[in-house]
Amino acid sequence: MIEIKDLHKSYKMGSNSLHVLKGINFSVEEGELVAIMGSSGSGKSTLLNILGMLDGADSGEYNLDNVPIKDLNETKAAQYRNKFLGFVFQSFNLINYKSAVENVALPLYYQKVNRKVRQEKALKYLEQVGLREWATHLPSELSGGQKQRVAIARAMAAEPKVLLADEPTGALDSKTSYEVMDLIQKINDAGNTILVVTHEEDIAHMCKRIVHLKDGVIVEDKKIEQVRAEQYV
Amino acid sequence: MFNKDRWKEILEVLTSNWFRTVLTAFGVFWGILILIILLAAGKGLENGIKQDFSGVATNTMFMWTQSTTMAYQGLPEGRNFNFKLEDVDLIKRNVPNLRIVSPRNALRSQSGVDNVFYGTESGSYRVFGDYPEIIFQNSMYTAHGRFLNHNDIAKKRKVIVIGDGIRKDLYEEGEEVLGTYLKIQGVNFMVVGTYKEKSSNGGNQNAERQIYVPFTAFSQAFNRADNVGWMAITAKDGNSISNLKEDVINTVKQSRKVHPDDERAIGFFDLYEEYNKIESLFTAMRWIAIIVGTLVLISGVIGISNIMLIVVKERTKEIGIRRALGEDPWSIKKQILMESIFLTIISGMFGIICGTLFIYGVNTLLDSVGPVDMFLNPSVSVGVVTAALITLILSGLLAGFIPAQSAIKVRPIDALRTE
Repeated sequence: MIEIKDLHKSYKMGSNSLHVLKGINFSVEEGELVAIMGSSGSGKSTLLNILGMLDGADSGEYNLDNVPIKDLNETKAAQYRNKFLGFVFQSFNLINYKSAVENVALPLYYQKVNRKVRQEKALKYLEQVGLREWATHLPSELSGGQKQRVAIARAMAAEPKVLLADEPTGALDSKTSYEVMDLIQKINDAGNTILVVTHEEDIAHMCKRIVHLKDGVIVEDKKIEQVRAEQYV
Repeated sequence: MFNKDRWKEILEVLTSNWFRTVLTAFGVFWGILILIILLAAGKGLENGIKQDFSGVATNTMFMWTQSTTMAYQGLPEGRNFNFKLEDVDLIKRNVPNLRIVSPRNALRSQSGVDNVFYGTESGSYRVFGDYPEIIFQNSMYTAHGRFLNHNDIAKKRKVIVIGDGIRKDLYEEGEEVLGTYLKIQGVNFMVVGTYKEKSSNGGNQNAERQIYVPFTAFSQAFNRADNVGWMAITAKDGNSISNLKEDVINTVKQSRKVHPDDERAIGFFDLYEEYNKIESLFTAMRWIAIIVGTLVLISGVIGISNIMLIVVKERTKEIGIRRALGEDPWSIKKQILMESIFLTIISGMFGIICGTLFIYGVNTLLDSVGPVDMFLNPSVSVGVVTAALITLILSGLLAGFIPAQSAIKVRPIDALRTE
């Protein structure tokens, strides 16, 4: 599903440049649930941004579902993001003047799905995350866990190839974190490919594979026995 | 364009901070209001001034004799002379493209000394000897009876047409005027008609206190022989009297034996030139109104642009999210532009409506207090309003352009980083 070869990325900080990713080689199969771990500054967020087409790499190859991701202009990148990717952010990033269902329907709107279908689909995904009765509420009326579940529903609504989650539990207490992870596991069980960036060990162990980043290189890449989040909920 | 979701969003954004939106809109509202009021005030002044010209043949010059300042053909300088009736035909023959050449005479009325008597009533009025064509050159119309005609001229009938003001002065209300006799400097004339001024709802009452006598009868009654006091000369439509004036003056110089270089022997007044001066004054005023109004409007538009920039800044993160979700940059640009145009047009329309109401109010007031000198019916044309609307759309577009550009320059990754 995802194939990366010799990926390099550096940021210019004034006169000196900061080499963040120093040759990443890495691939993800369909249906995997991968945790990307590393301390801050290890380059894990940068990697996710590049995978999410929010940022471009300096050199290296990136294929997503056999489509080479290269030299994208913003319009093209927007199309690819919409078609291939779903994002879940640490700070939820819901649009605060739109209700839960409108937030979920947003990616479908960009796909120019008609209004009625959009509404139905959005409600279906809200149902899946267990928030159907909260559909008309604004984000400010929801708890942190609920917001993240709306965000996940939104990410799923466009039926993306890959779900990218950047510290999805970073702003949540552990109980809520487990609820969110439970949801992510269930989505993965349904066959979706998911990448989770986290620095929390317990969250990482709820995935099926852990990739350790340190100083811009992958130091460890192992398959693990998945811990089900259900038991903590 | 007519996307329900887009409009919903525009309204959501603009209503999310009511106070700010209203303050911003006020700039454009104020600009367009001032533009409209200035234009209307200019138009009112123009209407007021032009009313005095209404019905007057403006393509007209007046010409009279003064004393010569140069000796010529054995005649001394300082000589007084008169135009003769034959000069009228000479001018008509020599200068083509003239519509009317009216020779005129007048009785000098001394103020305070009555020169017109009717029974026991009397008054001091200006009395003219005229040809019937004068009615086409002055702004008057026959109110009652008839005007002078060529039979009166040919038969030297002692008939007169009097102004409606004189009728009010000398006659009882409802008294029959036609067929009565007025005694003018000892000579009786029969009244055959009354006239009114076309533009007499201003303070122009003196114009309706004049008496018109057939030119020939006037000359005979008051001993003018074939002298002509002055002439009113109107050019044909499409010809400017200002261009023909030289030919006219040269013709009479020749026939009156005036030195061709004698500039001061013949006096004249070019009404057309004066009218054009007023016309260009109003053109200048209109431009000033447009420029001042537009400048005020521009400051309003800059206000909108400014607020849109702030809105974009505030929504940086939101824009980042939308782009991460796959919104086309163009769609974001369109959104910002439409918000800006919408705000501009709404506030501009409101300005236009208020301006129109204001003008309506002024007109109602003017109607109720009666005519005011030099001000009449302030108004703006539909063309001006349409132009203002188009300007609004363009300026809305312009106001939104920079903010929209800055909105799509935001890279989603930077936008999302802003906490």
